[in-house]
Amino acid sequence: MMDLLLDNRALVAILVSALAAVAVALTGERRRNLRESWTVLAALAKFGIVFSMVPGVLAGERYEVNLLQISPGLELALKVDPAGILFALSASFLWILTSFYAFGYMRGGGEHKQTRFFAWLAVCLSATIGICFSANLLTFVLFYEILSVATYPLVIHAGSEKAYRIGRQYLVYAITAGIALVAGTVLIQNAAGTLDFVAGGFLEAEMGTGLLWAVFVCFFIGFGVKAGVMPIHSWLPNAMIAPTPVSALLHAVAVVKAGVFGFVRLVGYTFGPDLMGAIGAAAVLAVFAGGTILLASFIALTKDDLKARLAYSTVGHLSYIVLGVALLAPQAMLGAAFHMVTHAAMKITLFFCAGAIYIHTGKKKVSQLDGIGHQMPLTLTAFGVGAVGLAGVPLVGGFISKWYLAAGAIDAGALIFLGVLLVSGILNAAYLLPIVTRAFFRRSPDHVKLDEASALMTVPIALTMVLSIMLGVFPDAIFRFFSLSEAIVASVTGVTFGAMP
Amino acid sequence: MSQIPALIPTSLLLASLVALLVGLKSHRAAHLIALAGAVFAFVCSILGLQAVIQGDGEAIRYAMGAWVPPIGIEFVLDSLAAYMVTLITFIGVMVLIYAPRSLALETPGRQGMVYPSMTLVLAGLVGMCLTGDVFNLYVFLEIAALAAYALLAIGDRGAPVATLRYLLFGAVGGGFYLLGVAYLYFAAGTVNMADLSMRLPELMESRAVIVAAVLMVVGLGVKMALFPFHLWLPDVYTNAPSVSAGLIAPIMTKVSAYAIIRLFLDVFPPGFFTESLPIATTIGWVSAAGILFGSVLAVAQHDYRRMLAYSSVGQLGYIGLGIGLANPLGMIGGLLHILNHALMKGLLFMIGGAVRLRFGTTKIPEYVGVGRAMPWTMVAFTVGVLAMVGIPPTAGFFSKWYLLLGAADAGAWIWFAVIIASSLLSAIYFFRVVEMIYRDPETDSAVADHEPREAGEAPASMFWPITIMATAVMAVGIFNVLIVSALLERVVAPLGG
Repeated sequence: MMDLLLDNRALVAILVSALAAVAVALTGERRRNLRESWTVLAALAKFGIVFSMVPGVLAGERYEVNLLQISPGLELALKVDPAGILFALSASFLWILTSFYAFGYMRGGGEHKQTRFFAWLAVCLSATIGICFSANLLTFVLFYEILSVATYPLVIHAGSEKAYRIGRQYLVYAITAGIALVAGTVLIQNAAGTLDFVAGGFLEAEMGTGLLWAVFVCFFIGFGVKAGVMPIHSWLPNAMIAPTPVSALLHAVAVVKAGVFGFVRLVGYTFGPDLMGAIGAAAVLAVFAGGTILLASFIALTKDDLKARLAYSTVGHLSYIVLGVALLAPQAMLGAAFHMVTHAAMKITLFFCAGAIYIHTGKKKVSQLDGIGHQMPLTLTAFGVGAVGLAGVPLVGGFISKWYLAAGAIDAGALIFLGVLLVSGILNAAYLLPIVTRAFFRRSPDHVKLDEASALMTVPIALTMVLSIMLGVFPDAIFRFFSLSEAIVASVTGVTFGAMP
Repeated sequence: MSQIPALIPTSLLLASLVALLVGLKSHRAAHLIALAGAVFAFVCSILGLQAVIQGDGEAIRYAMGAWVPPIGIEFVLDSLAAYMVTLITFIGVMVLIYAPRSLALETPGRQGMVYPSMTLVLAGLVGMCLTGDVFNLYVFLEIAALAAYALLAIGDRGAPVATLRYLLFGAVGGGFYLLGVAYLYFAAGTVNMADLSMRLPELMESRAVIVAAVLMVVGLGVKMALFPFHLWLPDVYTNAPSVSAGLIAPIMTKVSAYAIIRLFLDVFPPGFFTESLPIATTIGWVSAAGILFGSVLAVAQHDYRRMLAYSSVGQLGYIGLGIGLANPLGMIGGLLHILNHALMKGLLFMIGGAVRLRFGTTKIPEYVGVGRAMPWTMVAFTVGVLAMVGIPPTAGFFSKWYLLLGAADAGAWIWFAVIIASSLLSAIYFFRVVEMIYRDPETDSAVADHEPREAGEAPASMFWPITIMATAVMAVGIFNVLIVSALLERVVAPLGG
């Protein structure tokens, strides 16, 4: 029995939160402490299982599970590789923190339908880990579609007319993306006869440029929607109507990163960097990503609503990763992989802070935050750390990923993208740091007494802040995120960087 | 074992006859007899299916009254027939279990007539699938059709007129088909399918055979409600009782599609529908038009049943596209969609009836709060919707998957695009209902007040068939390879590898 579970760890990691979702739904609101304990147990178990596979993956082992055939010759199959486990590790770790934060947030705000909320959140995590560990495109599509559908109840959680309208928009985007993905998958299956991901890619130039471009366009729509690449991003800022824990975990870490992760799988494991460069698709992808970075940063400057500002910041930062992948240079890919983790840690910190401020004081707008640092110093300190991290200041994780992205841009000879990165770094500082200075250096009669949100919220905030700093100072500590990023680059491009300081 | 092909239709015919007599006294007894007949036929179908799979697709033949063909009538149970009769009898059993509570509400006092008609429809449909000659196919087609007219006409106020229109269309369709059979008989001198497939290759140039093929396909196309012959369908399904719609919408039109596929694959020579005559391509193009037409009109509907009816017009097009593609993958997609759509549409019509029982409405805007009142039924509904949209791993995804693979293989990019576009449209019209049922009637101000007739889930006799159907929609999706490799790959073998 134990052996069976150990051999199928990849599958267990996916199923554990699906089981938790059922348990949560059956337990219900009246026994809410029991209900919450299912979520915590599943989150801890999921992280533990994923973490236990890290040393093996770094040593070159690939944990595989073949479930059953779902189309003649095509299996529902799982395979744990560096790219998958990097994403799975960050998502499952942050789910633990988000769970506690969400207990505090949902109870503090007296939200309705909490059972439904926690059940669907757990389903989303199952789907996300499924995406991480999918061994082939069909399995990937399956989990990607489940994720799309499972997010819908969370987007319309508020139950207002506006929420339903946004829910409809979300569905149209998500279903279109899903269908585009299916179409692209069919084209590949028809042309190549296989859908298994292979590090370095499995498509061949002989398939014809026209077909390869058609495939690329399908996948660009399929992944671009979730990754918030402009001009197909507009569901993302609207989806911020969901409760803040959803914005934090799904719309900064899990769902949107699933789109970004799709680009990693597309460039690194389907087309392969060489073919992407040869047909010119990489350049197109890079231009879209670069444009998104700049535009999103400018739009973020104009937003007074705190969550909207963070949403556009997310749109921009997701495209950092897409750009890093599209530049095709090993260093840029390293930066992109690492930015998946650092951005997750920093952005979730910022969203946690925004949610704590809202639940505790009812303030949603940047212009209302004068002097709030005196009332909630810990929260706003964490916000400051996340902000400087996103701007790329050393000693916070964002610096390291941006460093490699910039180095990669130089390597690739694409100096214009180096310019994009620098300008957007300044813009990042311009739209985030004034919030911090306003909070600490201005005074307001509303915020004089020291009064933090509940410990259920402040402790997760403190932990994500520590994680952000840890990634900047010891990028390879505990979780081995940096080694995993290097392993991704090594398996896709064959380039190794040697030991990191 | 060798009697199975004959046992299935005769047991249903017998049940129908007895139920008719008993039904004059007690509709409860009629229900039990009809159900017993359907269960018996279903068990026989399963046994036959097992025998065919174990026999590597070898057909089981039965000559009626020991009169061997071409003089006598032959029943043949091969992979395709076994697939169809298992589906038909399964749906029959489910709907018969479901029927009493719904009929008591929607057609009070007339239930005694419904059960014999239902079994007669089933008898006609399984007969069409099992018969070994093209003329008897016509006989069973008309048996099923006449019984179906009766079932459909007892519905709401508009039902008789709608059904009369169906009858006119059906009579024309049946007439065309019969005329085609006559031409075929004149040209080839036999109506036995196996004999025809031997003799027709020499007669491929014969005008009579060409005319026969066209007449038969057009006739069946009308019966199948293939665009633009679908005009009878929306009114009929909208006004019919939930039970009749739940029985007829999933399987009736599909069996005509089956007949076209049977003619295409097993009666006429290989290439006759594709190279000699552009029949398959024509079916493909009208189906593509039907998919778009049905999906667009479904978006505009406010009545749940009418929406399902237009959705059916579109979904039948998928089966037609499978025929049109005329390659193994496409045909597998079309055949699989016969099963998938039967399960999904049957499920959704049954749920409509359950909601009507509890809430007294079929209008989508009045579905607010149903999700809270009937949570498990609405989980089943959501499964049905996900399948209709084609979200994996539900059954609906895989028929589209094979159809798309087939379209890519054939380079049929317009049809490829049509399938994609219609998935999006069906997402729009189905998720609208999902949004409505999960709205909260207490906090939602945009909602007109209405009280449920009775709170709670549907009664057990309706709840369990719904649950089983929803489970089947998931199971057929996840385990579709079993069906494809054990049955459908054999069926499409005439199309070549």
